[in-house]
Formats: sequence, structure tokens, C-alpha cells
Amino acid sequence: MAYIDPHIHMVSRTTDDYRRMAQAGCVAITEPAFWAGFDRSSPAGFYDYFRQLTDVEPKRAAQYGIAHHCWLCINPKEAEDPVFAREVIKLIPEFLKKPNVLGIGEIGLNKNSRNELIILEEQIELAKQHQQLILVHTPHLEDKLKGTRITMDALANAGIDPGRVLIDHIEEHTVAEVLDRGFWAGMTLYPDSKCTPQRAVDIIECYGNERIWINSAGDWGPSDPLSVPKCHVEMRRRGHTQKLVEKISLENPLSFLRQSGRFMLPESV
Amino acid sequence: MPQQSCPLTSKQVVDLYFMEHRAKLLDIAAFLDRLERAKGDEGLQDVRVRALKKAIPILTDTSGENQANRAHRVLELLSDHTAEPTPAAHTQSALGADPNTDY
Repeated sequence: MAYIDPHIHMVSRTTDDYRRMAQAGCVAITEPAFWAGFDRSSPAGFYDYFRQLTDVEPKRAAQYGIAHHCWLCINPKEAEDPVFAREVIKLIPEFLKKPNVLGIGEIGLNKNSRNELIILEEQIELAKQHQQLILVHTPHLEDKLKGTRITMDALANAGIDPGRVLIDHIEEHTVAEVLDRGFWAGMTLYPDSKCTPQRAVDIIECYGNERIWINSAGDWGPSDPLSVPKCHVEMRRRGHTQKLVEKISLENPLSFLRQSGRFMLPESV
Repeated sequence: MPQQSCPLTSKQVVDLYFMEHRAKLLDIAAFLDRLERAKGDEGLQDVRVRALKKAIPILTDTSGENQANRAHRVLELLSDHTAEPTPAAHTQSALGADPNTDY
């Protein structure tokens, strides 16, 4: 079955992962800008990272028939120094003209600090000025509930249309508020933290299949680039229909991402 | 929480998932045993362990309206419930339980 993995960090994955994902049916991915596992020493490091996301990865993905799109930002883990963060933000408008850029992301909070919030608000403003979609990272573990609420408040205060924002890494304690406030919700399938495939399907069963998607968020840490098709297997073994699987992993991502005016599937699909 | 919509019967859920969760239960039991056999008692007082032990009764709580909401309640228990941004981020990582909660 053709599917979209709408959140995966392919700069951290091997070319063989592209091949395995293509074999499993992946036809398109979107790659948010994120933390590399270490703090960059200069804004120039981000400049090269944005070149990688907008130039190198699309070519690597195309070799396997996968359409590659990306999101640009400074991630919250490197946003504690506002002076540094603003230097990076200045680089972004130049790259927003690239054809595979869908919006600003993954912005958000990490430790819910004042400086992280200031930089989040400034990047929300950047998205607003350039009419960009927004993809939000919500904090890990004990910080998620508080950070999700602060982030949604910041978006509302800026007058952002929630239908143009995807709040990612939702779990059982945040999904209802995210959907009730009109945002899109993303579930990340991780082996230890975030959702297992079983819990993701539980959440779909309990909260419905509108404005929600699943993603692998595969990166340099413990993660699985094939977790999305594995979640499809979990849906089928419970007796859910193929129509529901396609709704979660094809129709819903298409509905959200096509608002960018740039998201395209490969011609073969 | 909206209506449940799992297509399986309860018997099918048990047949499909029991062994997987039996193994996870034994992992928790063995983890707590390992903790008690380890040197020193610092780990026994760790906020993560205290939070884990406080979460375990939620699994067997069948009282009233909360009985179908265990994952939500465990996550709520492990969360920071303050509302104001913290003054500064002194670390980039998270623990898995709120260090400022008296578990």
C-alpha cells in the first residue's frame, strides 16, 4: 500500500533505509529540521543543514521513487540562546523559496523555558509573515503536557489558524485538547518513548480518525523507519479496514500537506 | 473519551496480547528485584522509581468512571502540572517523571 511518512529525519538514516521504506510502500516523506544530537557551533552549521534538506535529500529520496519535502526552523533544544537562535532564523527566508519546503518546523518547546518560548513565538511570527504551514514538536515525557498547552496558547495568541498547524508527538494525555482546539495531531511511533503501534491504534479507536496521522520520526536515536507500515499491520490484525489505514497514512497527510501548495506525490502514484 | 471502537472481542484481545503483556509485567517485577539487589539505596529513592511505584496501582484500579482511562492517568501522574514557563533550560533531556512532584 502506498503511504506517506510525514515526519522522519533522513539525514540521520542510510540510503538502505530509503530502499526498505520504498519496498514497504512509502511514496513520500516530510523531514522537519531538528537537533542533530549535539549543538551546532555556528549559524553556518544550520546553513549547510538547510542546504542538505532542500538539495541533497530530495535527490537521495528520488532514487527510490520517494518524494522528499522538508520543514525549516531552529529546533527548541538549540533555542535557549536567543541571540544565536535569531541568527539562524535570519537564514530561513532564503530557503522558503525552495520547491520542497512545506513550512516552519519542527518548532516548539523542549524544557518549556522562557527563552524557548520567545524563540517559538518569533518563529510563529515568521510562519505568519510568509503564510507557511507549521509543524510543532511537543516536549518529551514529563514536560509534554505543559509544553503542549503553552504552545497551543502561543499559536492562538498569534491568531494562527489551527487547521494549518500539526501538533506532533501527541499521546493519550494530550490528544483530546489538541483535537478539541482544532489542530491536527501527529502520533510518533517509538520503541521506548512516545507511542507504540498498539497505543497509536488505541488512540485512533478512542479519538477517531479525523485530523490525525502517524509517523516514525526515525532519527539517530532508538527509532524505526518502518514503524509506520508496522502500525498498519497492527490495524489490520485488529480487523480495521484497508480504508481506515489509507485514511490515516495517505488521505489525512495529503489533506494537511496540500495546504502548502507545494506537496506533491511522485507521478507514478 | 469518545466511544470505544476496537473491532475485536475481549477474548480476542486476550488471545492476541496476553503473552506480550505478561512479559512486560515480568520485566517490571524483575527491574524492581534488580533494584533491591543493587548496591546502595540511592536508586530506591529516585523520583523515577517512586513515580513508577505510585503508577502501578492505577493499573488495577477499576473504580468508577476512571477505569477505562489508565494510560491517560499514568501519563498525567508522570507529568509536570505547573503552567508558567521555567526561568531557564538547565538541561536538554527529560527524566520520565516530574522531579518536582512529591510521589
